[in-house]
Amino acid sequence: MDFTIILQAGIASGTVLLFATLGELFAERSGVLNLGVEGMMLIGAMSAFSTTIATGNPWLGVVVAMLFAGLISQIHAYIVITLQADQVVSGLSLTFLGTGISLVLGEGLSKAGTVSLLPNFSIPGLDLIPFLGKIFFTDQSILVYIGYLLVPLSWYYINRTRPGLHLRAVGEYPSAADALGISVFRLRYLYVFVGGMLAGLAGATISLAVSPGWFSELTTGGQGWIAIGLVIFAQWDPVRAAIGAYAFGALRRLILDIQGPLVLLGFDNPFYYNPYLGFFLQMLPYLFTVAVLVIGSREAMRKRIGAPAALGNPYIRGERGK
Amino acid sequence: MAESTAVTKKRPPFRIRIEPRLSEPPSWYPAVVSFVALIVALILGGVLISLAGGDPIKSYQHIAKASFGDVGVLSDTIVKATPILLAALACSVAFRMKLWNIGAEGQFIMGAFGASAIVLAPVLPEETPRIIFIPVMMVAGMAAGAIWGFIPGYLKARFNVNEIISTLMLNYVAVAWINFWIFGVWTEGGFQMSPKFPTTAWLPRLLEYSKSVSFFRGLTTHFGLVLGIIAAVILWFIVFRSRWGYEIRLIGDNPQAAQYAGINIKQNIVWVMMLSGALAGLGGMSEVSGVVHRLQTAPLAAGYGFTGIIVAWLAKLNPLVIIVASVLFGALILAGREIQPSGVPKMIQGIILVCLIASDFMLRYRIVLERGEE
Repeated sequence: MDFTIILQAGIASGTVLLFATLGELFAERSGVLNLGVEGMMLIGAMSAFSTTIATGNPWLGVVVAMLFAGLISQIHAYIVITLQADQVVSGLSLTFLGTGISLVLGEGLSKAGTVSLLPNFSIPGLDLIPFLGKIFFTDQSILVYIGYLLVPLSWYYINRTRPGLHLRAVGEYPSAADALGISVFRLRYLYVFVGGMLAGLAGATISLAVSPGWFSELTTGGQGWIAIGLVIFAQWDPVRAAIGAYAFGALRRLILDIQGPLVLLGFDNPFYYNPYLGFFLQMLPYLFTVAVLVIGSREAMRKRIGAPAALGNPYIRGERGK
Repeated sequence: MAESTAVTKKRPPFRIRIEPRLSEPPSWYPAVVSFVALIVALILGGVLISLAGGDPIKSYQHIAKASFGDVGVLSDTIVKATPILLAALACSVAFRMKLWNIGAEGQFIMGAFGASAIVLAPVLPEETPRIIFIPVMMVAGMAAGAIWGFIPGYLKARFNVNEIISTLMLNYVAVAWINFWIFGVWTEGGFQMSPKFPTTAWLPRLLEYSKSVSFFRGLTTHFGLVLGIIAAVILWFIVFRSRWGYEIRLIGDNPQAAQYAGINIKQNIVWVMMLSGALAGLGGMSEVSGVVHRLQTAPLAAGYGFTGIIVAWLAKLNPLVIIVASVLFGALILAGREIQPSGVPKMIQGIILVCLIASDFMLRYRIVLERGEE
């Protein structure tokens, strides 16, 4: 088993989680918890795939996926920002709705055949770096490279720019932000939309790059929920989000690949000879998510850092804000 | 020209103003709001079905006929409603405390596993009389579900781990867990299912009594319905008439006040998660022993736990209303199997939940029509 190949594929599959996690991070930083990531990712995966089938242009697929998922996210935005409903239940309902719509519109897509995918390429020069060059810069999808760029850009945007300051203000202390003339409502709508678009991009990354095709609900297989867990682990920091996302991507690949070889580390591979042991491997990403949550929550308790202070609370003008 | 029209522009004869409700609305009002939300959801669903190329009126007619058309299908509807009922009860008690147990699905599956283990391990021999078999399976199912609820409850109480994610992750773990047992240990000749249970491990069904009451011929409604209704009544008493229920409701409404009143919130988190898990586990036991009669993934992990979330919300978390609401959803799922495209029932469920949540606005605010002055 060649571990560089597993890690290389792991980076690609981690890119899915990266987009979804960053999107949720933006929404939560503005104070809106959106549990609809899984549904928005399915919408994105389905619409990217079907658009590409219909037009033959994967770029158009990506754009449609981002817009459709962003549009769906605005249902949640309207319900929790304007109608001030409970963010948890509304986000859940968005997942149901997104799953349902993508199943209805994606009917028959699983037999639709193959599509032209987004291009893979290597970065000349960087791919020659020993070990790391092979993993990060050789024959990756263009979306993977976009992911690399997005992490420092997000960090810089949130922590070092004026709009980023407004974003944090709206999530931490909306009434103060409102008093300063920052439109709390408009910014929250905006960042829920950004979150939706990135979730749609995550979905498109699955169906057009990582594991091309449409496999109904199995297309995402709970990755949207893992992304929400990763935001907590990341403590709302894009760089930590990237580390978590790539680690999970590598784990997913490892689980797939570990069952192949006859001999593992010099021993008979138990997962090859007893394939039903593979079910325990399948549990790992989900158990790891729980473990990662425990670690993140304990650390947050110790360091007294936590979620954006207004996360989960509707902002009501004229009421004393928190 | 433009300026003069702006000046002479008439005020509308009335204005719509939205203001917060200061007093509790009358008791019939939430029910009416939910009902209207349901109707709106069905209309929206119809629009989407026709956009997807289907015929909404035919679809709905089909749902009504295939679920309430005659006694036989009505019985099938009730069979589908039974697991939803128990899963929704499980969700309702946790939600009452604002404890977001999204893991009823996994607890349901583990309940089915626990009950099956009694038959398949085997803990009890095949010739055990039913009167012993069934109660032992019930206890095992509830225990397995409670354990599956205990884990996220403990993590929440001890480490403040977000229960939404942990319960959801455990759903996937539960599916992999029973898959392991079905494929690896209890497989029926290499197929993805366990051997069929002996009939002494089956919940009694109406059709067994068709010799004495011929009306019951072919009706598959099983004893799980009775279990569900008993559970609903007991849960109603716990929530609304017991000290524990008062604590649960107080924590849900105002955790700070509960803290000041000396209520142990952490302990309640663990106990409520276990109660919730036990109810879902009983649902899994009832399904495996009343319908499936063997451990098999697809018919058990069919999303009853998720539908339970919607039903609990539709019923405003009231255990007695859940009984009625789960029959509605049983109908939707039963009839939905034959509707094309196959995602329609799921989509309608999503739309219903969206409309229900949006309609909560009407409970907190009222819309006032004002006559414009001058």
